[in-house]
Amino acid sequence: MSWLLALPIIIPFITAVAAFLLRTTPWGRQVSVLGSAAALIAAIALMAAVWREGVIAAQMGQWAAPFGITLVADLLSAVMVVITAITGLAVAVYALGDITERQEHLGFHALFQVLLAGVTGAFVTGDLFNLYVWFEVMLISSFGLLVLGGSKEQIDGGVKYVLLNLVSTVLFLSGIGLIYGLTGTLNMADLAVSVPQVENQGLVTVVAMMFMVAFGVKAALFPLFFWLPASYHTPAFSVSAVFAGLLTKVGVYALMRVFTLIFIGNVAYTHTILLWVACLTMVVGVLGAAAQSDFRKILSFHIISQIGYMILGLALMTPLALAGAVFYLVHHIIVKANLFLVSGVGNRIAGGTELSRIGGLYKTAPLLGFLFLIPAFSLAGFPPLSGFWAKYILVKATLDEGMWLVAGIALAVGLLTIFSMTKIWGEAFWKPHPDGVDPRLSSLPTAHRRAMMLPIAALAVLTCIIGLFPEPFVQFAERAADQLLNPADYVRAVLGIEIGGEVAP
Amino acid sequence: MNSLILMAGSRILVALLVVFSIFMLLRGHNEPGGGFIGGLIGAVGFVIYAISCGTASAREALRLTPETIAAVGLGVALFGGLMAAFTGDAFFTGQWLFIGETEDDKGLPLSSVLVFDVGVYLVVFGSILSLVFAMEEEI
Repeated sequence: MSWLLALPIIIPFITAVAAFLLRTTPWGRQVSVLGSAAALIAAIALMAAVWREGVIAAQMGQWAAPFGITLVADLLSAVMVVITAITGLAVAVYALGDITERQEHLGFHALFQVLLAGVTGAFVTGDLFNLYVWFEVMLISSFGLLVLGGSKEQIDGGVKYVLLNLVSTVLFLSGIGLIYGLTGTLNMADLAVSVPQVENQGLVTVVAMMFMVAFGVKAALFPLFFWLPASYHTPAFSVSAVFAGLLTKVGVYALMRVFTLIFIGNVAYTHTILLWVACLTMVVGVLGAAAQSDFRKILSFHIISQIGYMILGLALMTPLALAGAVFYLVHHIIVKANLFLVSGVGNRIAGGTELSRIGGLYKTAPLLGFLFLIPAFSLAGFPPLSGFWAKYILVKATLDEGMWLVAGIALAVGLLTIFSMTKIWGEAFWKPHPDGVDPRLSSLPTAHRRAMMLPIAALAVLTCIIGLFPEPFVQFAERAADQLLNPADYVRAVLGIEIGGEVAP
Repeated sequence: MNSLILMAGSRILVALLVVFSIFMLLRGHNEPGGGFIGGLIGAVGFVIYAISCGTASAREALRLTPETIAAVGLGVALFGGLMAAFTGDAFFTGQWLFIGETEDDKGLPLSSVLVFDVGVYLVVFGSILSLVFAMEEEI
């Protein structure tokens, strides 16, 4: 059991070491792809075990909880690990065509694998301080990936990214210190037991707000999102795809974890703030996207508005809303990573991402146009694609609570998303190329074309599958939401006690 | 920097620091020390060497690039954790081998924890040196 939980973290680390030592040979990139495939198998095995047996936990080094480091997987963690592995494999394949030899020699594949290990670790850890460590692993490797190659623009984006993330880290660490002072433990399951017993509940709410701000920066919530559009359009396309898909979602996951497990004493206060932050995040993100004219910048702002939907699901805290948030997370990671991958191909064949300088993709590269439409429509919420069901569940959950205004905002934001997607469509695909170039997929070397188009097509197929057969996915999300709302299972798996203090026989 | 005093002094200092770093690494299991601190002290030795004699000769003295040392260290640390797999224990469970164990004497204790610490030593040593060398060469 313990190895099942540890393997999705161990495999990317081993792959990173091997890929780094082989970085100057053609084997380096093959190792990266193979390692990603192995990680996907391990992740699926983990999810199967969680689906069969409920929440599973393991103690690293056999130091018993709450003293050692615990790894826990409930359905939310497990599905995030699987989706990380899927994105990792897709981008590892895409990188075969996208990453230059120089970036490989600087250690792209190793950094990329360490990033995947950090993300996976954050999803399965059951300890707040360990979560901080995984955040650091992610931060260091993502900074390396951002500045890889070292153009002036990249350094500029990288510095903004790191500074704002450091602020978040410091807040997070202070929050950890305070909560340790209050309860004497950092094990999340143990915190779920001991936080309600703290006398000074006012201070607990203060600490909860510190965590909200710290994770809010990571998740790019309003008004803490500005680092994201400042940095995501600068690195290599493989890098921005994996960032867009996964990094902010770690923040969303952390919010979902602590605000369903630990800080549930003052829901009326904390979750109301989350609700309005979610609405503002949606609106500001989509308005920002409408004002941009660069392919990747529009997509970056869309990440922000989409994060709002997920936090909306968390803020409502009803079973349906949380199920919607889980469904949204899964759908969004696939779709968003795919859109960035498409923009990378567009950049290669049309010569840029600035929308006024490119065009004509529909006429001479219709396959790319088709593969762009699937994730783009899904993101905007067109039936029958995955985004429709995600939005449908969330809006229904909002209406069930009688929040007409919030539901109206969510729907209006969907409409505005379509608006900025049509902008990309009209400018990059329909308009003739301003320099009279005919962008063609056949202008790419065959090996590159295959490596880049295969993951895009695979992710698009995945989007269609989720959209056409949503039933099992919704059921899965409902079970995951059910686990989130009943932390007793989680606590029992980690500590072996029932909430209330009785030791299980 | 071309200082004769520093160059002459650094020869002794480098040797001392590297030996001391290994001492810190080995005593780390029960007393203050360990891989992280040991790696830092060892790196300081080579940083002094790089300042007094130049990064080129420091790189030559290392033989391997610092990045490779760090990557190998990560592999060694992982191996230390993976050793638990051979006995069917959880990841990172300490495995002990007591050489020359008798009734009242534990003999020489060797553990997978030490392997992990050596890995940490190499990771810290390699990554600090790659940062410092890069900065020295920029200036």
